[in-house]
Amino acid sequence: MIPALSHAQPLAGFIGGLMIGLAAAVMLLALGRIAGVSGLAARALKLSDAGPPWAEATAFVLGLPLGAWLLAATAEVAPAHFPTTPLLLVAGLIVGYGTRLGSGCTSGHGVCGLSRLSRRSLVATALFMASGFATVAAMRLTGTL
Amino acid sequence: MRALIALLCGTLFGAGLAVSGMTDPMRVRAFLDLLGPWDPTLAFVMAGAIVPMAMAWRVQSRMARPFAAKTFNLPDTGRIDRRLAIGSILFGVGWGIAGLCPGPAVANLALAPAAAAPFLLAMLAGMALHRLTSR
Repeated sequence: MIPALSHAQPLAGFIGGLMIGLAAAVMLLALGRIAGVSGLAARALKLSDAGPPWAEATAFVLGLPLGAWLLAATAEVAPAHFPTTPLLLVAGLIVGYGTRLGSGCTSGHGVCGLSRLSRRSLVATALFMASGFATVAAMRLTGTL
Repeated sequence: MRALIALLCGTLFGAGLAVSGMTDPMRVRAFLDLLGPWDPTLAFVMAGAIVPMAMAWRVQSRMARPFAAKTFNLPDTGRIDRRLAIGSILFGVGWGIAGLCPGPAVANLALAPAAAAPFLLAMLAGMALHRLTSR
């Protein structure tokens, strides 16, 4: 076995992915909207004029911690490991600006757009994946990881 | 009613993030870490999410309107411009630095609020900066 892969959780990942995809499918078929978290979060905080009515965006965004909390209350959730606060602040600023400029993140472009075979989302996902790989590689090479 | 549906969707989405381990930033960053101990879990999450969503798009193409709303309000699929490219590249940089994208960051308000808060406040500042500069 390759030791690097020993901590992978393909089954839990796939099952969690199915839940995410089902949630996005209901958003689409019931409400006619894309479950894109960056856009919905911006809408909930009145930082965007596009997207669903405020109440729907806000309800979806509040559901995210509610769902994570419900799961943690009934099952074991692996502890989360965060980087240092300065890194969190820098990353958050770039993620906030970038997702608005690029009109989406992992959920909107990655899950909803790719499954729709949207050319726009395919390009966006390829670019954020590539820059994510490059960023972590740069951090590793410079010893900041 | 529509807000209740949205709340249920968000709740299922948040639970899915926790089940899949994507609420742990280090697991997400390990997927992006090709030079280190690579963890492919995120690829299984994406594959799992795309299965029901691809079926939903097929159903959607035969529907005149959503079950609980008047119209479908869906984004453009073809236009590729500088904003899309630069925004996506920037997002990837931030995603790589912290191992956090918007969904898991918001979900972590329930699991690790003290760590999620600085990221989320900075993310909101970034969104506000975009709004201010794009007018």
